[in-house]
Amino acid sequence: MERVLGDRKAVLVLLGPAMLVYTLVMMIPVLVSLGYSLFDGNAITGFSYVGVDNLTRLWGDEQVHQSLVFTIKYALVLTTTQVALGYGLALLYVFVLKRASSLIRTLLFFPIVLPTVAVALMFQKFFEIAPNTGPVNEMLLALGSEPMDFFGSGMSAFWVIILMDLWRSAGFYAVLLYTGLVDIPEDVMESARMEGASTFQMIRHIIIPLSMPVLLSSLIFSINGTLKVFDSIVALTNGGPGTETAPLTLYMFRTSFSYGDYGYGASIALLLTILSLLFTIFVFRSARRDVTEA
Amino acid sequence: MRSFVTQLPARLLVAIMFVAVVYPLVWMFFGSLKTQEEFLNNSAWSLPQEWVWSNYASAWTDGNLATYVRNSVITVFPALAVIVLAGTAAGFALEVMVWKGRNTVLLMFLLGIMVPAQMILLPLFTAYFEIGITGTLWPLFITYCAIGLPLTVFMMATYFRAVPREIFEAAVLDGASIYKAFFLVGFPMVRNAVVTVALVQFFFIWNDLLIALTFTSSDDLRTIQAGLLNFTGEFGQTQYGPLFAAICINVFGTLALYLFLNQKVMKGMAGGAVKG
Repeated sequence: MERVLGDRKAVLVLLGPAMLVYTLVMMIPVLVSLGYSLFDGNAITGFSYVGVDNLTRLWGDEQVHQSLVFTIKYALVLTTTQVALGYGLALLYVFVLKRASSLIRTLLFFPIVLPTVAVALMFQKFFEIAPNTGPVNEMLLALGSEPMDFFGSGMSAFWVIILMDLWRSAGFYAVLLYTGLVDIPEDVMESARMEGASTFQMIRHIIIPLSMPVLLSSLIFSINGTLKVFDSIVALTNGGPGTETAPLTLYMFRTSFSYGDYGYGASIALLLTILSLLFTIFVFRSARRDVTEA
Repeated sequence: MRSFVTQLPARLLVAIMFVAVVYPLVWMFFGSLKTQEEFLNNSAWSLPQEWVWSNYASAWTDGNLATYVRNSVITVFPALAVIVLAGTAAGFALEVMVWKGRNTVLLMFLLGIMVPAQMILLPLFTAYFEIGITGTLWPLFITYCAIGLPLTVFMMATYFRAVPREIFEAAVLDGASIYKAFFLVGFPMVRNAVVTVALVQFFFIWNDLLIALTFTSSDDLRTIQAGLLNFTGEFGQTQYGPLFAAICINVFGTLALYLFLNQKVMKGMAGGAVKG
């Protein structure tokens, strides 16, 4: 038995292909990318060593500041709203609609499987002002107010992006959190109700603490995804107006592939990786503290 | 009666959500049947005057959508096969088999879930350029395989953990080789999980834009998402009808697949998120 389940050659055969692809196409590139951040240039022109110049350049780059602020703002706003909205929906499914929730659950879930690019283009046309007046602006006109150029200012473009992402993902987070809520034992709820707990107290003291693990997973999953946002913003605003809605990912993409500056692009990618790690650790630690307090 | 009244706010809320999800899609579908003049002159709320199905034909051929779909199909499905087969085998080797260092290897795959794709794009671009495969679909295929592996390995390992070890031990005692234990016992036992994981990965890869934009230089190589993004440019001025038709093909194609597989997709994607 030991001999068969511990067969080294078999481990190699079964694990080998995945390991080989993973090592060659992910691990080594990550290390090489780290190395790139110490160089200037690209694959075609060749590289020259510049040491920590790229990193000091990151520090003083206005565009990096803007993208960093945008990325963090976007991640915080979207993570909070989509998990909160998803949680609200999950509560609605479990405690109000109960069995009748299956249809609306399915319906609200499906936007997450739709291609981001298609959804983004749809929202772009939905909020368009010219040459074709989209439904939103038609409605503003009908209500007697001026049509609005939603993509003309960074602020309104930001909120259209958030709205689109909520449209896409709220139902997904609802299902995710729903699976955590239905696992709460019925008798725990029942006894709390018998003790005379109000709905608010139930939520505060029973439901939230008991669904903490799945809430935590959602937060980590969400923050990781939102910090790496690329597809939806590229297709919706392409970072515009100007670069006001350009996240770090887009700035990295442009620096690398439009300007051919691999070294600096790799430095921005590194910044992004560190950011993701920091946020994940932060969410993890603060949630841990919460659990021990409760 | 009383229950109807207390349920009223909830029902209203559900109705609003229903409209919020469905209306944009209906609007887009009607848009795909309008002429350019209708877009520019009529209200966005109006129905199409005549149903211009030719928008679909022009999106498919003039808009090159046929090429984009073909490119997507011939990169995504082979990549999916590799991801699922290699990922399941790796999950089996990491969870069922006993050897030193397997936890370290599992942790390494776990790290891969966290690392943003941006960290690997530049070295890969250089490597593909040096091997001389930049003008083909190979870079896309190779990158998709790698990107999908960490989550798949991790999820499959978790599923194998739920299978009682005695089953494999019994198989081995009965004289099965390790490969038989994997292909004839292990793989069938996690068959449902394999389908789930394949679905999650399919939606990730099929909807990808970042990798598709990075590694496709010419129009002939574009995947459906990259092609759709550049769709406006094809005609100079935005041709609304064909553009909407192209979006519709993309959206309703995915929707049909989703409806077909709905329960599995929901479980799989939610499960994948918790485990990831």
